Amino acid sequence: MGQETTDLDRFREQTREWLQENCPEAMRDGKADDANICWGGKTWEFQSEDQKTWLHRCAAKGFTVPTWPTAYGGAGLDRAREKILREEMARIGARPPLLSFGIWMLGPALLQFGTEDQKQHYLPPIARGEIRWCQGYSEPGAGSDLASLQTRCEDRGDHWLVNGQKIWTSYADKADWIFALVRTDRDAPKHKGISFVLIDMRTKGVSTRPIKLISGVSPFCETFFDDVVVPKHQVVGDVNRGWDVAKYLLTHEREMISASGQGAGGGRSLGAILSDDSGGLTDACLRAAALRCEVDALAIGLTLERYKDMARTTGVGDASAMLKYVGTELNKQRHELLMAAGGSDALIWDGPHGSRPADWLRTKANSIEGGTSEVMLSIVSRRVLGLPA
Amino acid sequence: MTGLLRTEEETMLADAARGFLDDVAPVSHLRGLRDAGQTHDPALWADMAAMGWAGILVPESAGGSDMGHAAAGVLAGEMGKTLVTSPFLSSAVIAATALRQVAGRNDALSAIADGTRTYALALDEGNKFTPGSVDCAARRDGNGFRLTGTKKFVVDGGFSDRLLILARTDEGPTLFDLPADRAGTKRQPNAMVDSRDAATIVFDGVEATGDDVLGGLGQGLDILRPALQAGQAALAAEMTGLASGAFGMTVDYLKERKQFGAPIGSFQALQHRAAHLWCEIEVTASAIAHAGRMLDADPENATLAVSLAKARATRTATDAVIEGVQMHGGIGMTDAFDMGFYMKRARVASEWLGDYGYHAETVARLRGF
Repeated sequence: MGQETTDLDRFREQTREWLQENCPEAMRDGKADDANICWGGKTWEFQSEDQKTWLHRCAAKGFTVPTWPTAYGGAGLDRAREKILREEMARIGARPPLLSFGIWMLGPALLQFGTEDQKQHYLPPIARGEIRWCQGYSEPGAGSDLASLQTRCEDRGDHWLVNGQKIWTSYADKADWIFALVRTDRDAPKHKGISFVLIDMRTKGVSTRPIKLISGVSPFCETFFDDVVVPKHQVVGDVNRGWDVAKYLLTHEREMISASGQGAGGGRSLGAILSDDSGGLTDACLRAAALRCEVDALAIGLTLERYKDMARTTGVGDASAMLKYVGTELNKQRHELLMAAGGSDALIWDGPHGSRPADWLRTKANSIEGGTSEVMLSIVSRRVLGLPA
Repeated sequence: MTGLLRTEEETMLADAARGFLDDVAPVSHLRGLRDAGQTHDPALWADMAAMGWAGILVPESAGGSDMGHAAAGVLAGEMGKTLVTSPFLSSAVIAATALRQVAGRNDALSAIADGTRTYALALDEGNKFTPGSVDCAARRDGNGFRLTGTKKFVVDGGFSDRLLILARTDEGPTLFDLPADRAGTKRQPNAMVDSRDAATIVFDGVEATGDDVLGGLGQGLDILRPALQAGQAALAAEMTGLASGAFGMTVDYLKERKQFGAPIGSFQALQHRAAHLWCEIEVTASAIAHAGRMLDADPENATLAVSLAKARATRTATDAVIEGVQMHGGIGMTDAFDMGFYMKRARVASEWLGDYGYHAETVARLRGF
């Protein structure tokens, strides 16, 4: 214990020094919004020279994916050291060097289900920010009932042939590759005929079309597959067992979305923001609603902390559906209150990026994307509470 | 600060408490007391004291185990699950925390820890918790004082050995530690809706000496503040235990009760309500754990954590019992079934030591509203 404490202290010291020397001043503003964050990929245009430097330095150190093994571009940090790295980055307001679906979703899936060849081939470019991935799950006819998906993936001997359509594929128009759920057996029960495939977006027959949301823009696209040829080795996990991979990943996605639902407004209390808006929050109804929301926000924030600790020890499992449910519903309430406090000023439409009405409208998708609130409640009732089907 | 997960020691404490309480104090124990017209079981409290629960916040030098507020919350939570009635909060949590603010009270603390002396807090005067407004007066009389006034909602005050009384002196609100049978003290036990004890106490020129003052003159609220916070956190923990106790009964019922040829728990209308309630209880449990940790690690700055816990617990327990009765249907309304006891205790615990509005306003003040 004493030795370990000393080692951790030393790691903190070294990390602090490394950050001091390597994190460019301009990357210390704590910003992690779309206009200031690096998503990487072949077509990525760096927003500044500092952004590029910061990414490259972190990638060389393994700090874009600190917990991944060093063999795949990570830093091989255990949980305790990863926490120290996060704390030290937060201390100086360092931006995340790279965000991507490759890091959040595909990486964990490959580490769990991928072959050694797949790990070596796909993980390092994700860690370096060279390949940007998108996720192809939902279809026009398969939303909450995701397992009913119909995109066909036929075995043509030396390759797969993919035909069908995906929807709500975030950043499909900017991504280099897609990981997708496809149907490889149309006769099996619906959960048992699905496979998890990796497809190069430049392959002939792949096309995308952006979807405009009520908030003005969105990262969402429709993605079409028209006789797309996919090499045989690009299936992750066993053929027809893609649902296992998908379920594993959905849990990750939920944790991510519930975490992102927090901290809107830079951690400022709703009361402080609303008081600025309405000159002291004198409307009793609004104040009471905001106070209730604030009480919930604090308790939900503590719950995220508790569950993060749980994830590192006993595991969270299906209870992560609770985090997604409470986090996204809270975020919707919060933005309703921000709109109400802003009155007619908040109604002025000044573009889809970062404006109050656009943000408000966008939050309505929070409790739909990644599994609706109703699906989350069904998961809790069936799998956590054991209520009968 | 330790994280919000339970430590191994706390898990063991909870398991031991659960085993003991299921054995000697299931809900039928409270029902038995009520049917016999009693509000308190001295033998149960003696057993709890023998296990070290009465001394959980008493320093080791005074014979306590001094395990801290998070541990006290663990015990209170287990008691809440089966509505265990005891002077745990009044004596072991509130009075012990108040007494240890002041030097030289080891005898009193020892007597709390070994279960031979119980305390009640005589604070409220109106029908809502407003600790700063004190009409009860302690007037100078020779070398001592005479107390005059009326205290309401004195929980466990109908049977406690001693009373902590907040009364106004020229120097400001002052805390007195008096035997409950001092001449001029009239205790009027009330039949409370939760079948527990809460007395109205009239002080009619009750004599007090300088030795009866706890801490200095005018320092009553300073001494009381940590004690109230300890009580509020433990009560919030009890209410969250109460919520999960009521919820556990409800989920069991959803699985076994059949209508329309199916268990009613297979109906999505009920499944989603049950799942929502489970989420609420989980979120509140985090606030409870946080309050305990803050009181142990940084008591000077625990106000927000404690009020957050009591505010959330009040709402969650209320939701759990209302949904509990509704989802049980007709049987939930019968006296023969236990859910009603949960509903009644939730209502009393909601009011005691500050209701939702009181604690939400505290959150508002500290969060820049």
